Amino acid sequence: MPDDRSKAQDMARNQPGGEAEAERLVRDNIGWMLALAGRVLRDRALAEDAVQEAFLHAFRGLDGFEGRSSLKTWLHRITLNVSLTRLRQLKRLAEQPIDEYLPEFDRHDCRIEAPWSYLAPLEDVLESEDLRAQVSQSIEALPDAYRIVLQLRDIEGYDTSEVAELLDISAGNVKVRLHRARAALKKLLEPILRGEVR
Amino acid sequence: MTHQTKPGLRRWLKGLMLRRMHRMITCKEFEDFVLRYLDGELSGRQKSIFELHLAICRECRDYLAAYQRAIELGRGVLGPPEEPVPEDVPEDLVRAILDAREN
Repeated sequence: MPDDRSKAQDMARNQPGGEAEAERLVRDNIGWMLALAGRVLRDRALAEDAVQEAFLHAFRGLDGFEGRSSLKTWLHRITLNVSLTRLRQLKRLAEQPIDEYLPEFDRHDCRIEAPWSYLAPLEDVLESEDLRAQVSQSIEALPDAYRIVLQLRDIEGYDTSEVAELLDISAGNVKVRLHRARAALKKLLEPILRGEVR
Repeated sequence: MTHQTKPGLRRWLKGLMLRRMHRMITCKEFEDFVLRYLDGELSGRQKSIFELHLAICRECRDYLAAYQRAIELGRGVLGPPEEPVPEDVPEDLVRAILDAREN
């Protein structure tokens, strides 16, 4: 079985079978790449453009693919980079106010938090299509500069230093944004978490 | 006559206790430690101070539980990222990509 590296080099050098390998590469990966770009860009047409560009980057770079990571991991990073560049070009990564969703404290520095008599179990929410859609909408309601950090760290599984590198911001800034994004998400999800919406 | 403490007085007393007593932190200071606590980055001493606050402050306990549930819900709804490839591969996009590769 040819490994990822030799398959990549066949495709890059237009070796016999390279054409078919290229088509297989596209067909095998286009689905999850569109889903990933869609999660970042929140727009189907923009996601399609980003995936097309990501494949072209990949084809151009295949010869240099060294097989240190899997082909999928490599494509994941390219798709993410292209999608983030698009977000930047659209000026959607600038910091936006999020204060209205953040925790509140009184003048004694005590937390202002209405009492919780109920916290919705995870399974109850995940089993409901309506509630899942509302959670998804709440994440989308976060300003992009915060949403993207939450998505990369909590959902895509990148660590703080990787997110810092992808977004070209400091690790400290990643942490601040992640905490604010989570706190804001908690606030936005409160009607669901408190069982007021079922 | 009631023995209930007025909420304002109760909060003032709580704030006073949290600010003045040994190994206590205010809710606002607690907030600054949440991320590092969940990432396991606090030192032993910081962790014990954080957990002491958690033990005595109902508001922060409730807040942290809801904060963690919100993270779990985000993961549960949007992740894991390795979702199955959709059945309907967009043929026109596949063609456009392969054509662009040849040019």
